[in-house]
Amino acid sequence: MSLFSAHSLYKSFGGIGAVQGVSLSVEPGEMLALIGPNGAGKSTCFAMLGGQIEPDMGEVRLNGVALHGGPVSFAHAGIGRSFQISKTFASMSVGENVQTALLAAQRQLWRLRSAADAQVKAEAICLLDRVGLAALADHDAATLAYGDTKRLELAITLAATPRVLLLDEPTAGMAQRERRAAMELVASLAQDGIAVIFTEHDMQAVFSFAHRILVMDRGILMAEGTPAEIAANPMVQNVYLGTV
Amino acid sequence: MLATLAIQALTGLSSASSLFLVASGLSVIFGVTRVVNFAHGSLCMLGAYLGWTVLTHLPRDPLSFALGVLIAALGTAMFGAWLEIVLLRRLYRAPALLQLLATFAVLLVMQDAIEHIWGPADLPLPRGPWLRSFVPILGERFPLYDLVLIAIGPLVLIALSLMVTRTRFGMLLRAATENRTMLAALGVDQRYLFTAVLALGAGLAGLGGALSLPENSANLGIDLRVITDAFVVVVVGGMGSIGGAYLAAVLVGVMQSLGILLLPKSSLVLVFVLMALVLALRPQGLLGKTGEAEETPRFHRLRAAGLWQKLAGGAVLVAALAIGLLGGDFARSVLEEMAVAALFAASLHLLLGPGGTISFGHAAWFGIGAYAAALGTTVLAVPLPLALILAVLAAGTMAFLIGLVLIRLSGVSLAMMTLAFAQIAWAVATQWDDVTGGDDGILGLWPPPWMGGTWFFLLCIALSATGVLALRAVIFSPFGFALRAGRDAPWRAAASGIDAEKLRLAAFTLAGSAAGLAGALSSFSKGSVFPSSLAIFRSVDALSMVLLGGVQSVSGPILGAIAYTGLFDTLLLASDYWRALLGLTLLALILWRPQGLAR
Repeated sequence: MSLFSAHSLYKSFGGIGAVQGVSLSVEPGEMLALIGPNGAGKSTCFAMLGGQIEPDMGEVRLNGVALHGGPVSFAHAGIGRSFQISKTFASMSVGENVQTALLAAQRQLWRLRSAADAQVKAEAICLLDRVGLAALADHDAATLAYGDTKRLELAITLAATPRVLLLDEPTAGMAQRERRAAMELVASLAQDGIAVIFTEHDMQAVFSFAHRILVMDRGILMAEGTPAEIAANPMVQNVYLGTV
Repeated sequence: MLATLAIQALTGLSSASSLFLVASGLSVIFGVTRVVNFAHGSLCMLGAYLGWTVLTHLPRDPLSFALGVLIAALGTAMFGAWLEIVLLRRLYRAPALLQLLATFAVLLVMQDAIEHIWGPADLPLPRGPWLRSFVPILGERFPLYDLVLIAIGPLVLIALSLMVTRTRFGMLLRAATENRTMLAALGVDQRYLFTAVLALGAGLAGLGGALSLPENSANLGIDLRVITDAFVVVVVGGMGSIGGAYLAAVLVGVMQSLGILLLPKSSLVLVFVLMALVLALRPQGLLGKTGEAEETPRFHRLRAAGLWQKLAGGAVLVAALAIGLLGGDFARSVLEEMAVAALFAASLHLLLGPGGTISFGHAAWFGIGAYAAALGTTVLAVPLPLALILAVLAAGTMAFLIGLVLIRLSGVSLAMMTLAFAQIAWAVATQWDDVTGGDDGILGLWPPPWMGGTWFFLLCIALSATGVLALRAVIFSPFGFALRAGRDAPWRAAASGIDAEKLRLAAFTLAGSAAGLAGALSSFSKGSVFPSSLAIFRSVDALSMVLLGGVQSVSGPILGAIAYTGLFDTLLLASDYWRALLGLTLLALILWRPQGLAR
């Protein structure tokens, strides 16, 4: 039994089948890349994996148990995710963003106490340090550069100590040097035992970091394999890599 | 019995027609401009008064009646176009809350202007013979004019649908409703389009107003009555959907007239239950689409008060206590009013600020608290502390129940529905004479002798200050942070396990309870309760206080409340034209700072 798996997910919007029977699974410590041309259905797939969209058919399981109840219950079950266009809590400082996520994850929201409790603050700094933002803890989250916003979102996601991490284009909008650092950070998270599924347009990032690659096209999975296998697959080259 | 039911249903259909005319205008204007026109009922009222003036100068035959009604509608349309040019086009970029408040200010000014021109008395229309004739239906006599009204609704619906689907103007309307930015990028000059849309919407409202003349006189109560019904119809039907507006108008109209037959005292409650049912099943309304998300206004970083601010707050409190203890009864009553206002404003701020939800009917909770305390004292004869607790519980429970239904609605719809609920609560307070004393209110609510004068003053200040500080503590607690997280980035918050809807419902309940406490304190401070404690003006008081002080900070609304109570209540209320003055002041403030008054 896999840690996290999807079983023949279907989803259509107004008669157009965005995802038509996608199954996948991921193990602790594994980095699984989901790639495909624009409109392949990656984002819809991700939204079903994260609980944002309910599939028309099929289900998502954690340790063999089906997940239900939308994004909030998915989050509490241990599924963390980032969004393609990162959003953070704009009326808070960088540190408060992470503190809020920590308090939510520890189910402390209904306790009457200060949100700026010393212990929570220390935990937040620890997480920010991990993504390299500790120095900016007191800055307004709204004024961060885009790459830093992505990192802050990762820290927010990690605050929930997720067992599965869904990252939608973790390096989008970053400079080349930042990309490598960001992917190395993700790889270190996987080494700690988190199962990572990510989408990415940057093929260099995909082929140097993914353990396994799924290729989607027009709503279905058309190939699966190690980076070497995918790179050698003529169908994939034709549909996807040939156009690069 | 069956015949009576059928006749009553037909009467409902005829009132549905006028309701539809007004609501469709509101819906069209909202669809294109994204402005909820609070003054839409005033346009209807203007149509009625214009119609009265024209029709009293015309012969009393059907053709002249039709001509007169059309002239009134055209006049209202022109006024609507003028309103767009001088005011509304400056507001399109403003936050929804300010748009609502600005158009409410128009309502205030128009109320005084119309009263100034036509006088305060109701103006009934002298009816020609054809307006007094009846048609036999199922052995009963049914007014001919009601049949005419029944026909007009579907006719206008068809005309509007043809215009929307078949004409170039209609195509532009649809395009603008779908995506304004794209339409502008394609080179369509939106100014003319928006002016035309306002004229169309206003014309429909004017038509509705003039057509209602034979049954109701032209009177000064039309604006608020009509806008409440129109809000319900538009939200239940689906924002921006004309067909939905007709469907909802029929539902509400028939429900209201059958309700009078079945439950004479509670036809209003029936309408609200219907509304709750529809919105629970379909938050987007009967024929509404789950459209684009509304833009939420940008909030600045919220910082806890520094040492100096805390000291200043303490100094204000000490000064208030000193003035109250050394001064006389008048000073104490003014200070009590300010303290109550501060608590009331702070409770609304929890929703407007951290909650990110617009409530336009916050007076409901204030009033429910005030009446609960009053009834607890007079009917149940409980001592003052128990009456206060009763008030908090009553307002909190009602807020929870109403919130349960409404909290899923998006920004503007929530604003419209909270207003509708407050208006219904107000109507219940004015009509339920046996319990609430109707317009006469409940008198003689002075605190008992052992609690009177200075002691009550101290209690009032202490409880208001405690309430405000408790609300502040909530804002800076984990709950408050998560509430803001849900407002700032809803998807991100949900993915972090924050159930924003549940938090908002809790905030709604808490704000309602705090407002209820404010209402109860106010009723003991004044010794009486009147339906005005639930009226729309009370809600607008709170909104003005919060906006005056600034929604972006915790201390802003409190300062706003003190300033508003001190300045506006004493200066404006002394004038006969306080509505117009208040309206013009609000407009000036909003036009001066269209992005919000804070910072």
